[in-house]
Amino acid sequence: MKRIISLTVQDRSGVLNRVTGLLQRRQFNITSISVGAAETEGVSKMTLVVDVEDDQRLEQVTKQLNKQIDVLKVSDITDKAIVARELALIKVASSPQLRSEINGIIDPFRALIIDVSKDSLAIQITGRPDKIDALIDLLRPYGIKEIARTGLTAFLRGHQPQTTELSASFLLK
Amino acid sequence: MKVEAKLEFQTSTAPKTGADLLIELLLEEGVDTIFGYPGGAVLPIYDAIYRAKNSIKHVLFRHEQGMIHAAEGYARITGKPGVVIGTSGPGATNLVTGITDAMMDSLPLVVFTGQVARTVIGTDAFQEADIMAITTPITKHNYQVQSVADLPRIVKEAFHIATTGRPGPVVVDVPKDISSEILTEVVKDVNIHLPGYQPTYKPNPMQIKKLSESIPKAKKPVILAGAGVLHSHASKELTAFAEKHQIPVVTTLLGLGSFPADSPLSLGMGGMHGTYAANMALYECDLLINFGARFDDRLTGNLKHFAPFAKVAHIDIDPAEIGKNVPTQIPIVADAKVALMELLKEAEKSPDCEKWREKLNQYKNDYPLWYELDPSGISPQWLIQAIHKVTNGDAIVATDVGQHQMWAAQYYTFNKPHRWITSGGLGTMGFGFPAAIGAQMASPESTVVAIVGDAGFQMTLQELSVIYERNLPVKIIIVNNGALGMVRQWQELLYDNRISESLLHTQPDFVKLAESYGIRGAKIDNQEELITSLPELMAHDGPVLIDCRVLQQEKVFPMIAPGKGLHEMIGVKPQ
Ligand SMILES: Cc1cc2nc3c(=O)[nH]c(=O)nc-3n(C[C@H](O)[C@H](O)[C@H](O)COP(=O)(O)OP(=O)(O)OC[C@H]3O[C@@H](n4cnc5c(N)ncnc54)[C@H](O)[C@@H]3O)c2cc1C
Ligand SMILES: Cc1ncc(C[n+]2csc(CCOP(=O)(O)OP(=O)(O)O)c2C)c(N)n1
Repeated sequence: MKRIISLTVQDRSGVLNRVTGLLQRRQFNITSISVGAAETEGVSKMTLVVDVEDDQRLEQVTKQLNKQIDVLKVSDITDKAIVARELALIKVASSPQLRSEINGIIDPFRALIIDVSKDSLAIQITGRPDKIDALIDLLRPYGIKEIARTGLTAFLRGHQPQTTELSASFLLK
Repeated sequence: MKVEAKLEFQTSTAPKTGADLLIELLLEEGVDTIFGYPGGAVLPIYDAIYRAKNSIKHVLFRHEQGMIHAAEGYARITGKPGVVIGTSGPGATNLVTGITDAMMDSLPLVVFTGQVARTVIGTDAFQEADIMAITTPITKHNYQVQSVADLPRIVKEAFHIATTGRPGPVVVDVPKDISSEILTEVVKDVNIHLPGYQPTYKPNPMQIKKLSESIPKAKKPVILAGAGVLHSHASKELTAFAEKHQIPVVTTLLGLGSFPADSPLSLGMGGMHGTYAANMALYECDLLINFGARFDDRLTGNLKHFAPFAKVAHIDIDPAEIGKNVPTQIPIVADAKVALMELLKEAEKSPDCEKWREKLNQYKNDYPLWYELDPSGISPQWLIQAIHKVTNGDAIVATDVGQHQMWAAQYYTFNKPHRWITSGGLGTMGFGFPAAIGAQMASPESTVVAIVGDAGFQMTLQELSVIYERNLPVKIIIVNNGALGMVRQWQELLYDNRISESLLHTQPDFVKLAESYGIRGAKIDNQEELITSLPELMAHDGPVLIDCRVLQQEKVFPMIAPGKGLHEMIGVKPQ
């Protein structure tokens, strides 16, 4: 099962290495990882999408992450009310004649054309990964030359409806 | 007069380096011994050690692996962090086995490695190794010092992290330009800043209540005591708790000594080479209370058959250990001692388990540890019993890894805590002898015995120089079976007696070897000689090496074969 794990970490050298190394050693597959500065200076936010077999393994991975000295907070936010976005850049083969046709495809996705050349277009899209996957599928027939995706980044919505706590949460910081 | 004043002025303003600051910080942490080995990248640190030689003891080992195992032995006995200094590149990589060993067995170490200057890091400079990347998975935490101004905070944090919560090794990588930097001003009064590190010592009262209420309901309760009891110095509390409720106690390999082995409630060690009574207790129990053991696979055997009928309570300072291997109904994140003190207050009613104790006593009587004493040679089990007798069961015993380690665990009945040093989690051959040196340095008045195999001893025997040089009266007993005994045993039992590369056809003359290091050596190959000469050799005022020839065919029994459950022991009785 895919889980979204949000990490707040001290922005110290080696912390990314510690987190990814730990996941690899404990045999957790990372689908995506995104890192960037958080609201406080010296603190970064990481969003991990991991593939985990079951709840017990999930609990183990969150505890192991929590144990790292430079990890301030770990939360599995998959089942929470969250906003989650990914950004993708897609380069599509395109002649000037096809441009308006492609425009018609990307418009409902609220994607943008951000670069145009003689024989290609660069499209920027943000959204949940499944939405990006859907657009990529629609663009494939035109010939995709290159894709760059940031991986998912996410946090909790301002308002959380009452939900049952995760089994793992009783031991988390 | 004037000249004197001038001289004084000069010394007080003598340039002070990053390395001098480092040594000052170590002194402030109360460090009395450094286990070290110099080299290019730590020359500035060694220069500072030279200047500080009246205030700090540095012990030069002969191999970095030896010195870090010695630091582990020191840490195991004192509970204080072992402080290690090694140079960059090969010095640092030679430390890797010891760092991993300390990580597995939760031993506090602060390891300083030299590093090439910041300006050339990343250029494959001479003796550069990426020790940060190498040690990330094998340390509790690691630091590379990026500025000399960070040094006071980093040193403080390193000692704090190594010794609090679940202990473990911390590496501090010090680039050469930082240790040689001339300091103009130093701010030492820094606070540690570790917002992501707050170990839990006090148990959740609800969970303590839950456990207290489960105790009187149990019909077949058992306590498992692990190394966590020793880390928290809770043997007294554990003993009080077990006696109050009359609950039998099993210990892990690393928990030996946490509960007196001669107590009527003691079932001995559990696990692969544990006693029948201990393993059957773990198998049949209906309430298992684990204090500070991490349910390692050598202890549990096949998890499907581990405590299948029990409600499990697990008290551990590391939340990640709870529920990792064994589903746990009563998780208690806490220091073992604090939890035990709460339980002594809270848990009033005792279980009614007279029958259960009788049953376990029956197991103890019917299936005790056994071996066949062969008068034609020395049975290794008997050798351990002889060592126990001669040392009044009061020695600090360090072992290497293999059969002799298991026999030492089985036959040197540990009645007191902090007398037992062995490599459990990593099972590192070469550990025992240097670890004994560290223990002897930590406890000069104690009798320290290194019980080692003939193969493992040869991995780190170069440290004989250190015990000679410092006249450390370590007693080395080589349980010499001319084989990689544990491997030979597995090949005999599990690989149809195909003895592949596990016999040592040539060996040095260990007695001459000892003598060439200036140490007294003796070879013993029969029971009578052992009886007559062991007491005198052990009483010798200085180091001794005893090459004790034992029967090669002996095997460690009983045993749980890999993949089997606790109730499927083999070799519980003579055939
Ligand atoms: C050849 C060989 C054979 C072996 N056979 C056996 C065997 O038959 N039986 C056996 O038991 N082992 C055996 N072992 C050892 C085994 O591999 C493990 O090392 C051992 O079982 C671990 O014991 P432990 O859990 O008590 O200690 P550790 O692995 O040191 O774990 C200690 C636990 O205590 C916790 N802790 C630390 N400090 C505190 C505190 N203050 N308060 C509370 N908790 C704390 C830690 O978080 C950790 O979970 C063998 C090893 C070798 C090499
Ligand atoms: C560094 C290392 N290499 C290999 C092993 C695997 N191993 C475990 S026990 C053993 C044999 C040890 O032989 P010896 O030291 O003579 O002790 P004995 O078992 O004979 O008592 C070996 C090779 C190990 N534990 N550590």
